[in-house]
Amino acid sequence: MTLPKAAPRWVQPVTALRIAIIVTILACWEALAASGLLYRDVVPSLFAIGKALFNLLTVPDMPVDLSRLGLQDAKIPAIYWHLYVTFYEILIGMVIGGLSGLVAGIALGSSRLLRQAYEPLLYYLGPCPKIIFFPVMIMWFGVGPGSKVAMGAISCFFPVALNVAGGMREIDKVLIRVGRSFRANTWQMVTKIYLPAMRHPIINGVRIGLGVCLIGTLLAETKLSNSGVGFLVIQAYSLFNMPLMYALLIVLFVIAIGANALIGKFGGLDDIKRR
Amino acid sequence: MTAQAITKTRWFPAVLGFGTVFAAMLLVELLIRLGLINRFIVPLPSDILAALPRVIIEEHVLSRFLLTAAEAFSASILVTIFGVAGGVLLYQFRLLREATETWVAAVAAAPLVLIYPLYLVIFGRNATTIVAMGFTAGIAPVTLKTLEGLAGTRRVLINVGRSFNLTPWQQFWKILFPAALPTIFVGMRLGLIFALINIVGVEFLINFGGLGQLINELAERYDLAGTYAAILFVILISINVFVLTEWLERWLRPVE
Repeated sequence: MTLPKAAPRWVQPVTALRIAIIVTILACWEALAASGLLYRDVVPSLFAIGKALFNLLTVPDMPVDLSRLGLQDAKIPAIYWHLYVTFYEILIGMVIGGLSGLVAGIALGSSRLLRQAYEPLLYYLGPCPKIIFFPVMIMWFGVGPGSKVAMGAISCFFPVALNVAGGMREIDKVLIRVGRSFRANTWQMVTKIYLPAMRHPIINGVRIGLGVCLIGTLLAETKLSNSGVGFLVIQAYSLFNMPLMYALLIVLFVIAIGANALIGKFGGLDDIKRR
Repeated sequence: MTAQAITKTRWFPAVLGFGTVFAAMLLVELLIRLGLINRFIVPLPSDILAALPRVIIEEHVLSRFLLTAAEAFSASILVTIFGVAGGVLLYQFRLLREATETWVAAVAAAPLVLIYPLYLVIFGRNATTIVAMGFTAGIAPVTLKTLEGLAGTRRVLINVGRSFNLTPWQQFWKILFPAALPTIFVGMRLGLIFALINIVGVEFLINFGGLGQLINELAERYDLAGTYAAILFVILISINVFVLTEWLERWLRPVE
């Protein structure tokens, strides 16, 4: 007896419904664009958005000085330069905010007194809107990338610190006793016991931290900047170039959701959910 | 009382926490007065505290607070109506849930606040943009938590409803909804916090509305002490909202 052949993936009801939803949304979008019910260009046609996205990613419109490398000057699509600036700001913000969050989390998690004294401060400050600190960051670090890095670092610090502190409390006490019975010093306890045992809370904190760091940095760029993807978005708004704005938002969301999924995948968070 | 006994008292951690904040402020005050920190970058903490009453009275903080509260309230109402309805819809239609639950989760994780320039174009620079931004930020957690609450209803309760031959309408209102209410409230709390964060943030960014605009205006006037005082005020408001919703959530949650 042979088993009935499984239906192709696209014929399965869930996939078919997904395709139907996407097609309906795109058709409604195109109909709205053609109807002119909204102001002109607020809802541009899909073709215009696709063209803007293609131009954004492929048309070289920014000269690059390569004379120092002994090469001829060339042009690249400007988006890559702005992505580089944003990536650089987010990376440094993540390193500063993440490392300080890690140290604060380990300190809070390893001492009951410190936890009781300082964790409520972090816990209640964590959900405050961080963008309100931006004027202060401008005064401290200037209008350049420094203030954006600082915004990213502040945003990232709280979720990492709170996750690490929570993770420290959940470490198996046996592991800690094993470390102590081997007379491990503080550095060895941190590197050999605490950090490996807290891998998942740390990765989770970094994942949340990356999301809020991205938001903090990009919002700061939209407020006051002359480079970065946030600057491009607000410039597209100022020039009322709606297809470009949609194209930039698509690029941003793909990067944000992709980075989130990558950290989850390589951090082993999917394994925890399956367990 | 020995030093060790003092550290074990219930109030000592709180005193230590607030004492550290107070000591840090004193240190900053001292460093500024000694000229080691530029007072044109960091104002004296005493000036910030002195600026608080001025900011509250002269900058009409009460009306600004009411405006932000009204925006947050409107966004929360919309988030609750559409978020709960979305969660119920996904629960009732299993195929729809399987097809779209991951999308809703992806929307919840996406940096949605970055679409505020788009809303500026669509709605203009007014309160509608701010409310729409709060709504967009808050809807996904309410939908997901409503779905989680309904899907997590204990089997025995559903069977009790069936044994009484309840109609689907009665089954929903008498069994499913009351059982899911604590989880739905967790989602509403998350939605309110997300909405509030985004509302104050967008007020600041587009320089329109209540408390967020106040910070932006004071910063643009280079009123340093006033800017810091306004930030302090917004932090205190946020903490109070957070504590209040947390208390309400605990009150609603059944004893486990």
